[in-house]
Amino acid sequence: MLEIDALRKSYLGLTVVDDVGLTVAEGEIAVVVGTSGSGKTTLLRMINRLIEPDSGRVLIEGQDTRELPAHELRRRIGYVIQGHGLFPHRSVGQNIATVPQLVGWDRARVAKRVDELLELFQLDPAEFRDRLPNELSGGQQQRVGVARALAAEPRLLLMDEPFGALDPIIRAKAQDDLLAIQRRFGTTIVLVTHDMEEAIHLGNRIAVMDKGQLLQYAPPAEIICSPATPFVGDLLGTGERAFRLLSLRRVAEVVEPGEAEGPSIPSTLTLREALDEALWSGRQALPVTDADGKPMGRLTLAALARLGARPQ
Amino acid sequence: MTASTDGAASASRLHFDKLGVPIAVIAGIGAVMPFSVLRANRIVPGEALLLGNALPLWEAAALALLLAAATAVALFRTPAPWRLGASLVTLLGLLVAIGHTGGYLTPEGDTLARVSPGGGFWLLLSAFALLAADALTRLRPRPLLRIVILAGVAAAIALLLLSGVWSELSILKEYANRADAFWREGRTHIILAFGSLAAAALAGIPLGIVCHRVPRLRAGVLNTLNIVQTIPSIALFGLLIAPLAWVAANVPLAAALGVSGIGMAPALVALFAYSLLPVVANTVVGLEGVPPAADDAARGMGMTDWQRLIQVELPLAFPVILTGIRIVLVQNIGLATIAALIGGGGFGVFVFQGIGQTAMDLVLLGAVPTVVLAFAAAVVLDAIVEMLSTREPRRA
Repeated sequence: MLEIDALRKSYLGLTVVDDVGLTVAEGEIAVVVGTSGSGKTTLLRMINRLIEPDSGRVLIEGQDTRELPAHELRRRIGYVIQGHGLFPHRSVGQNIATVPQLVGWDRARVAKRVDELLELFQLDPAEFRDRLPNELSGGQQQRVGVARALAAEPRLLLMDEPFGALDPIIRAKAQDDLLAIQRRFGTTIVLVTHDMEEAIHLGNRIAVMDKGQLLQYAPPAEIICSPATPFVGDLLGTGERAFRLLSLRRVAEVVEPGEAEGPSIPSTLTLREALDEALWSGRQALPVTDADGKPMGRLTLAALARLGARPQ
Repeated sequence: MTASTDGAASASRLHFDKLGVPIAVIAGIGAVMPFSVLRANRIVPGEALLLGNALPLWEAAALALLLAAATAVALFRTPAPWRLGASLVTLLGLLVAIGHTGGYLTPEGDTLARVSPGGGFWLLLSAFALLAADALTRLRPRPLLRIVILAGVAAAIALLLLSGVWSELSILKEYANRADAFWREGRTHIILAFGSLAAAALAGIPLGIVCHRVPRLRAGVLNTLNIVQTIPSIALFGLLIAPLAWVAANVPLAAALGVSGIGMAPALVALFAYSLLPVVANTVVGLEGVPPAADDAARGMGMTDWQRLIQVELPLAFPVILTGIRIVLVQNIGLATIAALIGGGGFGVFVFQGIGQTAMDLVLLGAVPTVVLAFAAAVVLDAIVEMLSTREPRRA
């Protein structure tokens, strides 16, 4: 879907993106993570040509991005930035309608799409359509920002620290909403963040960048289990490796036959949440139920301990 | 004003109003200064008359009572609607009374004698105009209501003029002698002020946009305009005589289009030059105030530069640009009086004729409409700016 090939960019002799190449498969979420100044935002902005690369190329669905005028390219790619970037003088509905209007949808189709997206993001169209962005809460503004980016049904969505301005509770909700919407539309997403936790939570693959270079591009489990360089290890930290590994899998994948005492846990929990429950309630095993509440078996503390260990 | 902590007790007692004290002082001084001046003809020094001598006894007494009551309302903490009412009634009383002094003081059949408002009248008028302005500020009327109030005041003044209450006053006698010239110069004045403003907006807004887009130009352009702004107005009008005379003499068609060294052309050019800085500077500042995230989003979503300018940048910068236009309009209405010096016409004609003849009422015939015009322009544009900026969310 997206192919980045040997991209390079430097400013005044300082290389900010150094020979970076990666591919993102259709319907995947690639998260680019790095400290500030790592070149991750520059990399993202070269995909929709807000920054023109010095060398290298970007292919979207096999087509070189330089074959189109920059503004037409951008209309096909969703774009979400930190602090939402909503137009303060336009209503929520007008904001969402921006790209559909730019590409010339007719009025009725635009109006229908705006209401559809507002409902999808749990904002009542009648209540929110005509409000101005500053009359919304931070979480609502962020949702409108994502809705606006998705308005013209882009196949690819670029997100630059989209949840950076949100408080932790709203952020977790926004992340889950994004995952749900991504699953529904199958949109390919490239998301930039400095938060490794967020990268592990959202990414099918994580690209770790430092000083303009791509250090590792791999699925989260591989990043956690075998960091390519000491820097990747530092970014992960040593305090939560086992817990992060556990957070990648769900109870349903590892449930075993048998019985256990006490209240049951749903099979949709992550192993990390299951471990927390086992430790907190002081039990050696937890009964597991499926979505309908039927018993599926149990999950033991011993199994959790085995699964949390570094794979050999 | 006692620093009482007992709210109930302090509410029942009378407290001085902060602004009321100076208003009362100004009104007090005004009351003991000459209310009217009677002169044998329009240029000789006159005889200053106190309120008691300028009006029939009962009328003077009624006005004195009204002034005392209104001063009391101003002096103590009273509700803003009372203060507004008191000031408006008093202003009306003063305006009618000054008209009556004309008829009362002018000797029967004397066509040369002139009656003008005295220093006391002007002080009283400013004191209660201040009270009215302050009360209006406290009432915080919505922008549209402010324009309606302005229209109401204008209508009241027009009625007073048409009713003939003031026709015995010197300034209106000056007007009566020059009615045709007054309206002609008024038209010229408006063409000078608004024409130069329109030209400055047409040239200045694009120039501001270019300065915003090309940062290297910004310092140079703004510094040049700053220097223009520092040239004294009379000097700038004078400096333009030579080059424009040359243009008129050497460029075909220029003279036919009305360009010449003196007259309206150099006046328009000079006012235009003064107008550019506020327009360009406010355009640049307004565009710089556009939230960077909104700008980035506009680019990232695929707006062309032109679409971004029209749909995002200009609408967001517009209240600031309009503030620049307001500055320019008020400034140009005032400055246009200078145009008379180089034959450009406008209300300045009466000001300079009046100075030349030491006929102060003729000076007022030029100055008063200029002030009224500038004040009205300020009120209307302020209201428009506020309407636009409250419709738009305030930027944090």
